[in-house]
Amino acid sequence: MANILAVDDSASMRQMVAFTLKGAGHRVIEASDGLEALDFAKSQGVNLVITDVNMPNMDGISLIRELRCLSAYRFTPLLMLTTESSPDKKRRGKAAGATGWIVKPFNPQQLLNTVTKVLG
Amino acid sequence: MSELSSSPNSTPLPDSGGGEYMAFTLGAEEYGVDILRVREIRGWEAVTRIPNTPSYVKGVLNLRGRIVPVFDLRLRLGMPFRAYEKETVVIILRVLNGKMEKEIGVAVDKVSGVLNADPEEIQLTPDFGVRLRTDFINRLVTANDKMVMLLDVDKLLCVSSLGLNAEYSAPAAKFDTKQNETGADGSETQPAGYR
Amino acid sequence: MAIDLSQFHQVFFEESFEGVGVMESGLLDMDPGAVDAEQINTIFRAAHSIKGGSGTFGFNDIAAFTHVLESLLDQMREGRRQPTSEVRTVLLRSVDVLRDMLKAASGGSSPDDESVKHLQQELEEILSNRERAAETEKSDTGPADPDTHELIGWHLVFCPLPNIMRTGNDPLRILRELASLGELDVRGDISQLPRFEHFNPEECHLSWDLRLHASVEQSRISEIFDWVEDECDLVILPIHAGDPAPLETTGQSLVPVAALPELSSVKAADPPVDRRAGNERRRTDRRTGERRTQGVVGSGSIRVDTRKIDNLMNMVGELIITQSMLSLLGENFKIEQVERLKDGLDEMARHTRELQESVMQIRMLPISFAFNRFPRLVHDLGAQLGKQVELKMTGESTELDKSVIEKIGDPLVHLVRNSLDHGIETPADRLEAGKPEVGRIELRACHKSGTIVIEVRDDGRGLDPELILGKAVEKGLVDAEAKLSHQQVYELVFQAGFSTAENVNDVSGRGVGMDVVRRNINELGGSIEIESVPGRGSAFIIRLPLTLAILDAQTVYVGEEVYIIPLLSIIESVQVKPDMINLVAGRAETYKLRNEYLPVIRLYEVFGVEGYKARALTEGILVIVEGEGRRCGILVDELIGQQQVVIKSLEANYERVEGVSGATILGNGLVALILDIPGVMRLANTSLEPRTLQWSA
Repeated sequence: MANILAVDDSASMRQMVAFTLKGAGHRVIEASDGLEALDFAKSQGVNLVITDVNMPNMDGISLIRELRCLSAYRFTPLLMLTTESSPDKKRRGKAAGATGWIVKPFNPQQLLNTVTKVLG
Repeated sequence: MSELSSSPNSTPLPDSGGGEYMAFTLGAEEYGVDILRVREIRGWEAVTRIPNTPSYVKGVLNLRGRIVPVFDLRLRLGMPFRAYEKETVVIILRVLNGKMEKEIGVAVDKVSGVLNADPEEIQLTPDFGVRLRTDFINRLVTANDKMVMLLDVDKLLCVSSLGLNAEYSAPAAKFDTKQNETGADGSETQPAGYR
Repeated sequence: MAIDLSQFHQVFFEESFEGVGVMESGLLDMDPGAVDAEQINTIFRAAHSIKGGSGTFGFNDIAAFTHVLESLLDQMREGRRQPTSEVRTVLLRSVDVLRDMLKAASGGSSPDDESVKHLQQELEEILSNRERAAETEKSDTGPADPDTHELIGWHLVFCPLPNIMRTGNDPLRILRELASLGELDVRGDISQLPRFEHFNPEECHLSWDLRLHASVEQSRISEIFDWVEDECDLVILPIHAGDPAPLETTGQSLVPVAALPELSSVKAADPPVDRRAGNERRRTDRRTGERRTQGVVGSGSIRVDTRKIDNLMNMVGELIITQSMLSLLGENFKIEQVERLKDGLDEMARHTRELQESVMQIRMLPISFAFNRFPRLVHDLGAQLGKQVELKMTGESTELDKSVIEKIGDPLVHLVRNSLDHGIETPADRLEAGKPEVGRIELRACHKSGTIVIEVRDDGRGLDPELILGKAVEKGLVDAEAKLSHQQVYELVFQAGFSTAENVNDVSGRGVGMDVVRRNINELGGSIEIESVPGRGSAFIIRLPLTLAILDAQTVYVGEEVYIIPLLSIIESVQVKPDMINLVAGRAETYKLRNEYLPVIRLYEVFGVEGYKARALTEGILVIVEGEGRRCGILVDELIGQQQVVIKSLEANYERVEGVSGATILGNGLVALILDIPGVMRLANTSLEPRTLQWSA
């Protein structure tokens, strides 16, 4: 299926996301901050990036901005994990080039649905 | 050293209630223990003595990395000691001490075999009076015209049930203490007393 | 697919406890006067993570509570609220409550709802009082006013902006999603496509006229366009049953969804990427390869640096190689090969030792896990007692065995509380004594020749020997006439039931005495001593072995029996010369060690060993040992050697025996008993109390 990059500084969240998506047959790479994620993205191609916003070293929005600068990732779906009460974050994310967002808290099924939709 | 196939996961039953027993002898008397409590049987081997313990505690041995105490069953039951011969065996038992499961070894004269006791034949011990310790023996059964005394193994570890003639192993040299313990020849004058 | 989320719970809890710790230390470090934005950010992120995780894993109370916390922190980090010390105190209390909630949730019980609600209210009040920008997102209301006519579908006109694909949004995806709601009639509009030679494949110039046969709520439709709200022009009109020509298309050709061309991404030339003068790599503890469990006492898991595991694997590999070499050698052994056999066995011994060290390494954690509760404790307790105290910690990275860390916490807390309560004076008293107003407590840890040394030092009033002696006499612990050195007087503090505190307040006085502290430390195989200078301060020095289960030992013979003496307790071993022995009152033998006269204990006597060889002191070896601050000489027949032994419990199958701290299995398979030096001394002494101290003059 697809190569998905899951970025979150919380190990439990990453585990849950990875587990869910792997269960659906995808290949998942995990990163714990934007910098690490950027490294991974550069060294191997991914079809989708799901990233938290608040992370040390490089936050999600900066990550998205950086990814959009890479030719390989100009049109790749990049999704942010946000909380419901930050329309500002969503706006900033979109300005940085995010495809969309997944609202936290979410359950595995919701995640899967969104990923399926986005990957076509 | 044979190992019986008592399943390691079976919970110790307080009473087989007429099942199988491991029978052994102490002198002319026959005894039995619930076979589910028998972990293994070993020949007598050197044990490491533990200081300041009752005389029935012969010491501890190394059972595949675990430290297991070995009791002399005769002494524990208040019978006179008999020197160990080549037939002397140590039966490793699983006992319940409070809530904890422990392993102990008991040295007996000879193992007779497995006894299948008919539940009908099992009776409660009559009261023999003070002469015989019946704390440890809770049932009697007759097998092959012999009386077999069935032991309650969990009682073996209880400190409260002391054998009738239990003595604490005396230190080699006796000496003066504030209490009037006299020494064997009374002539040792050692400084530090011992309680 | 139903995924069981509980498998992630443990990691979530570990993380969250870590996060709570980060929040707490961040708040404590925070100086309301000079606020560091990054600090607040760190605290915020920790709260945010906990909130996200707890919501995801179903701990909704925690999520709700943390949400309020987070909002407050968010305001602070955006500069909309000043981090005053009142706010800080409330936040610290919230951190406590949060920790309790996490503990309750991880233990399966329910938290104290009262305090949670109470604090949550408080936080909310603070939030609402002074916040300026409170956006509550208005949910999409959506549905058109209920019509008398039945809703049968929607008419949409979807015109994406040219750069819609730059955000990775594919109009095709949106159309597919719409189609999943019901039958979708699509009419594509290609009128805006530029001429071929100007055609930019990265832009979208198509638009669509859509009719969806589905009576769904408008919100359901807008939802699908959520992500691209700002990147398109969208018109949504309801279609009712009564509308003229409801689902008819007008004009142009209908293009079925399936026939829409796949818009694949096109590789453009690499645009010049300007490297941002990057975010500096701010290293927090969580970023290093070593992630550790936060002092979750007795937790069954440990997070280990993968390098340690790799190391372990290497060792095992080497061991296997050596072992197979040996077994090969053993197959057709010829006596000429004995040298090779010896070499092989030496190799084996070396690898086994390395393996053992590696495994011990895995269980090692830095002592900071035990120390980390103290800043908070000192802060709170100091405030409560009206004392100003500065806490200094050094050597936090000193590593010790996980189980030792878990057990050393309580004794340390007691010692620090003691220092705070009885040691450090009030600011007024301190000034009067010519000391700086702010008292100092120091926690120090270091490795010293195979042991860990932990010190709790304060610059307070120190121990008063007269006072202690007075109390001891009063309690009948010591004869009024006894002459004791200062050091011996300090040792009295460790006696049960001893406390010189005038008022036993709940800080350190009740129940948990220094005797318990010493006992706990002894159980760990360690020792504790006091050093003090009246008026200047005190120090409690704890020595611990590096690991619990393995002991450096001296094996000795008494008769045919082998005994083990912990190397840690041995000062030296001597072959006694007659002129070193003195008799006291014609009976008690003492040995003169430099300037001290030490009592002599004959091990065969204390342990009732038969067949011992050395009766007179000069016939055997005297092992000078130390335990609980006292020293003596133990007479044995001969020394065998020094080795490391694995400690096995006697109590597992038998019971505790005085004078014996455990057992071990020697190379020959036999069991040897390990001496408990204080116990041996007790056995040798006529009474258990220092009333009849026969120790050094």
